[in-house]
Amino acid sequence: MSTSNFTRRGVLKSGAVAGAGVALPTIFTASSAAAYMNEPTGSTVTLGFNVPQTGAYADEGADELRAYELAVEHLNGGGDAGMMNTFSSKALKGNGILGKKVEFVTGDTQTKSDAARASAKSMIEKDGAVMITGGSSSGVAIAVQGLCQEAGVIFMAGLTHSNDTTGKDKKANGFRHFFNGYMSAAALAPVLEKLYGKDRNAYHLTADYTWGWTQEESIAAATEAMGWNTVNKVRTPLASTDFSSYIAPVLNSGADVLVLNHYGGNMVNSLTNAVQFGLRDKMVNGKQFEIVVPLYSRLMAKGAGENVKGIHGSTNWHWSLTDEGSKAFVKSFGTKYGFPPSQAAHTVYCQTMLYADAAERAGTFNPCGIAEALEGFEFDGLGNGKTLYRAEDHQCFKDVLVVRGKENPTSEFDLLEVVEVTPTAQVTYAPDHPMFAGGALGTCNAG
Amino acid sequence: MDAIILQILNGLDKGSAYALIALGLTLIFGTLGVVNFAHGALFMIGAFCAVTLKKILTLSYITEDPTQTDFLGKPLKVATPYVQSWFGESTGAALIDWAVPLAILFSIPIMIGIGFIMERGLIKHFYKRPHADQILVTFGLAIVLQELIKTFYGANPIPTPAPEVFRGSYDFGVILGFEANAIIYPYWRMVYFAFSAVIIGAVFAFLQFTTFGMVVRAGMADRETVGLLGINIDKRFTIMFGIAAAVAGLAGVMYAPINSPNYHMGMDFLVLSFVVVVVGGMGSLPGAVLAGFMLGILEAFASMNQIKAIIPGIDQIIIYLVAIIIILTRPRGLMGKKGVMEE
Repeated sequence: MSTSNFTRRGVLKSGAVAGAGVALPTIFTASSAAAYMNEPTGSTVTLGFNVPQTGAYADEGADELRAYELAVEHLNGGGDAGMMNTFSSKALKGNGILGKKVEFVTGDTQTKSDAARASAKSMIEKDGAVMITGGSSSGVAIAVQGLCQEAGVIFMAGLTHSNDTTGKDKKANGFRHFFNGYMSAAALAPVLEKLYGKDRNAYHLTADYTWGWTQEESIAAATEAMGWNTVNKVRTPLASTDFSSYIAPVLNSGADVLVLNHYGGNMVNSLTNAVQFGLRDKMVNGKQFEIVVPLYSRLMAKGAGENVKGIHGSTNWHWSLTDEGSKAFVKSFGTKYGFPPSQAAHTVYCQTMLYADAAERAGTFNPCGIAEALEGFEFDGLGNGKTLYRAEDHQCFKDVLVVRGKENPTSEFDLLEVVEVTPTAQVTYAPDHPMFAGGALGTCNAG
Repeated sequence: MDAIILQILNGLDKGSAYALIALGLTLIFGTLGVVNFAHGALFMIGAFCAVTLKKILTLSYITEDPTQTDFLGKPLKVATPYVQSWFGESTGAALIDWAVPLAILFSIPIMIGIGFIMERGLIKHFYKRPHADQILVTFGLAIVLQELIKTFYGANPIPTPAPEVFRGSYDFGVILGFEANAIIYPYWRMVYFAFSAVIIGAVFAFLQFTTFGMVVRAGMADRETVGLLGINIDKRFTIMFGIAAAVAGLAGVMYAPINSPNYHMGMDFLVLSFVVVVVGGMGSLPGAVLAGFMLGILEAFASMNQIKAIIPGIDQIIIYLVAIIIILTRPRGLMGKKGVMEE
């Protein structure tokens, strides 16, 4: 009696295995033919700009896109070349990247992790994007960074301020130019001490997600270290719109400083509510009551209107800086669009330039080559003074700005004024700092 | 004790907004039998009426100030509102300062008009369709409306402050014998609560004491019989839709100084307002008002630190928790009537 391996069950089994293999996303298999994921073979190279185009951060996303378009124009030799003229590295020649004309595709993150991953995946798989960049939220940045690591492309983060992006969730393929919660706190604390003294009682309202938690942890630690007492830390739901019931008990708690670890719409509403409740007019413990907003965004400060006046916070960059890089960027952005760029626009422009420069210096688009070129890279002329892309965690270390809501703004863009430029050394921390512990960079993935 | 009084006060203004939106929703549901998911968008459009009027009042002509420079080093462009050059600086400034209260008058005809167009143009075609269809079409309409607003005004919130005289807060604690700063409450929120009470009172009086209101109430109870008596109930219901839209719009206008309006604010209120309608009892106007205030106050209490310390995260689920308990114990809601949504 002959036996055959082609039983009905066997065929079904092997069919299922083969089917699963075929169904595997091409993201994990497509690289077999090329040297690395999405190796550009023609005369162009495609970058993927993944920004919020809908949802509450759409305006910030629109400003990022403007900066990306400007960066692409400059890379391809158009316009006045902006910060390419002031950038300390002279590898970029205005003929695209490695001689290939830069093209781009855009995706809409919607400021939702799943939507952002889907749009990044689509740009990698369908459009052949060799690098993904952008975003306006830490939750999204961490999700997309993870996807890019798996897919084997470089992720140049946009606006993300959570310690976790280059802390416990850091990835070998991910790089962040923007500053983080720890740096904000390290820059702000000495200024707050100088302004409000050592004997203060702080009350924290914190957006209940990754960024809020790390921002709260950082600023509480920094202010406690200089002698402040933390009265309470209250987590507020991210979807909150009215903060009155969280703000009303603040005055009665004995606190004389309110720290709003809120960003975007949360910040606009909580700050507006706090001012409505007259907190800033009150005297508590014999001292003037104060409000602090650790992370400022000019675009969002606009939403809070006059309420930002006199309130201190930190920012990654501001258009009023007078260094050559900032001036060049403000000039080319302002001439093209008619208004000054936001910090989101600045950071994504820098990220695009840094990626392009790394590719030129590495002589390849291979993510591992680019990662190597970025790791430990020291540069200047991009608006933040001397900057280091630290190899251990892929975080940029540079000066941090402490800003204050301007009392007499001359235009709708003139909302913040720089109070202090905190030097890099003061905001630098060890790679194994407890606030950044857990997780590993891993090794770079070329797809 | 002071913390309790404080949270009751906080609940009142939130409850006022819920009550006004839920009142309009119930009016539409009770009269037209339509579940209107675009009602939150009407609230949002109301707030943007205030934004629009402020924009109109601050329409400016530009002059160049050679003594100052802009960010590109060119002479600074200084905007002077036309109203200030037409009516004098102080009158013009006062008009701009009072933009939100003035927007009440501005918004009423606009909101009634929008309500009328919505009802005649779209919603009337869905009267005889299942509720699921009505929800889908009105939800779609809400998205269209908010995207339209976003196209014109952007995604960022737009600050729309209350008149100068209403800024700041009042210390209730001192008159009640507590320490200073124990119970503070912003003036504008008091105005909002009083305004809501007037609007709610006016709607009830209109339905209770006018012939029009009587017919509408009769129509709500038994539409078919009223129709058989030769009364054109559809026309009256269209007007009611306009009134409901105006109520939502007014709630939005006055809410603008509390939180800077953005295109999404209607959606933030919509879901909670539906919970309010269900808890209050489908089709019951007093139920909607009662449930609005009750849930507003409960939400404020749930965000107290003392309560959050016992049950973390309670502030995020309290409304739904209460809704579940009420629906389980009183399936028709607090003041729901037999026969509504039970065919």
